[in-house]
Amino acid sequence: MSTEAEIEKVIEKIMKASYGKLLSALCSRSRDLEACEDALASAFSQALDTWKGGHVPNNPEGWVFHAAKNKLIDQKRKENRKFENRSTLVQLEEEKSFQEEFDFKDHRLRLMFVCSHPSIDESVRTPLMLQTVLGLDSAVIASAFLTSPAAMMKKLVRAKQKIKLAGIAFEVPDINSLSERTEFVTEAIFAAYGKSWDSLGLIDTHLTDLNEEALYLSNLLVELLPNEPEAKGLLAFILFCESRKSARRSNIGEYIPLDEQDVNIWNRAYISQAENLLQDAFSKGRLGRFQLEAAIQSAHCARVKFKMNNWTAILKLYDGLLSIAPTTGAVIGRINALSEVQGLEIGIEALKNLPPEITQNYQPYWALKASLLFKLGRSTEAINAYDIAIGLSQDEAVKNFLRKKMV
Amino acid sequence: MEYVILFYEGKESMAERTHPEKSEVYWGGWMSYMKAVDEAGIGRGGAGLQTPDTATVLSLKNGKKHVQDGPYADTKEQLGGFSIIDVPNLDAAIEWASKSPAFAKGRIEIRPALQTP
Repeated sequence: MSTEAEIEKVIEKIMKASYGKLLSALCSRSRDLEACEDALASAFSQALDTWKGGHVPNNPEGWVFHAAKNKLIDQKRKENRKFENRSTLVQLEEEKSFQEEFDFKDHRLRLMFVCSHPSIDESVRTPLMLQTVLGLDSAVIASAFLTSPAAMMKKLVRAKQKIKLAGIAFEVPDINSLSERTEFVTEAIFAAYGKSWDSLGLIDTHLTDLNEEALYLSNLLVELLPNEPEAKGLLAFILFCESRKSARRSNIGEYIPLDEQDVNIWNRAYISQAENLLQDAFSKGRLGRFQLEAAIQSAHCARVKFKMNNWTAILKLYDGLLSIAPTTGAVIGRINALSEVQGLEIGIEALKNLPPEITQNYQPYWALKASLLFKLGRSTEAINAYDIAIGLSQDEAVKNFLRKKMV
Repeated sequence: MEYVILFYEGKESMAERTHPEKSEVYWGGWMSYMKAVDEAGIGRGGAGLQTPDTATVLSLKNGKKHVQDGPYADTKEQLGGFSIIDVPNLDAAIEWASKSPAFAKGRIEIRPALQTP
């Protein structure tokens, strides 16, 4: 017999590992995302009640899928009764085909393309994917997109209504509209990977595990779109970053910044796979955001071969990246490279020129500012900046690292 | 799934309907489009509309039937007609709508038809 705590653990594990897979399989048939989410939530609570005091079934994931499927079928039956003018025969026929077409397959990529349909508000496409395919809650998504949870929730609900009522096909689009939609899919995978990267030292393992999902989905995307250089760029970017994962913390969990990492423990196999992908992507002659993001990581990883960073190349790549995708992260990354190439004073000047509304609460800005001031010997100002950077860090290991710098 | 396709046309495009030289091209375009819809077996009706200045607006004011000429919205593009089609999904509806003459000369709105309970 399993204890309630054990069962809760099993359920939690399925929720983390298989949420997107379950949801995408359910809505591949029903199109009603909200109804599928509700059915899945109640299937999970049914699982808790049913398994309590008994045994967890051999295939718990499949059990949850069938429970959720049955809930959707019941609901369909109830809805059908509202349409009194249709014959019972027609209704039964419909219910039967609805039931038969459920199929527990991984439809995550298809769901991502549904979320990126041009008839859905552009600003909600990536958040919608993060919520449905990767199971992030709307508060986490809101913080990543710098908006309030309530506003984000409202947008997400509206988008789901649109998918249901407008009859958006649950298919991978044809080749003509693929590339415009791929942009949003790559962006969602990139955002999910970024979340996991930032939460390495946090307790919430769901966010930390997102790296696996992001790696899996970007691999799938490359398979689906072998001629899309941006898909390869994204996969290369993720592989470059993953190659350094074990070097980001010491044996006792201390934070180690990039320039102090031991290159001998970087994963060479990942790096060479990423290099090949990136070469392949470049050969298509269509440069894009993720190829540049990957190229920047490639330049950092080149330290394995050349024992030093080529900051001039990195600065040029950041200039290119900013001309396509001027994100705050890229702006700070560029200034870091700029200070390496042209000197600390120039770096500080560039930081000063940034509008405060984007830098005020942005941890990497304060961490870079502190480090530049410190190297310039302006210790009072440096300590002040370190203080703010520590306050804005979530990760305890990062906080400790910054605290040590202050001494 | 049934979709209502609303075709909005500019004043110039609407004027082509009776234009001595342009009317043939105008009607030719619509005729062959409607024929293609018919051939595909997806047409569920529709109609072209006379220009907005022929509209009569009916309303209830203070409990009395109120009939008047206009006022119609004087926007750049006006509703010129609609068509109902039955296709599997939104992408198919978009595909069909973009084949219509209004695609090049006006604006098209696609709305899922409301199912009656």
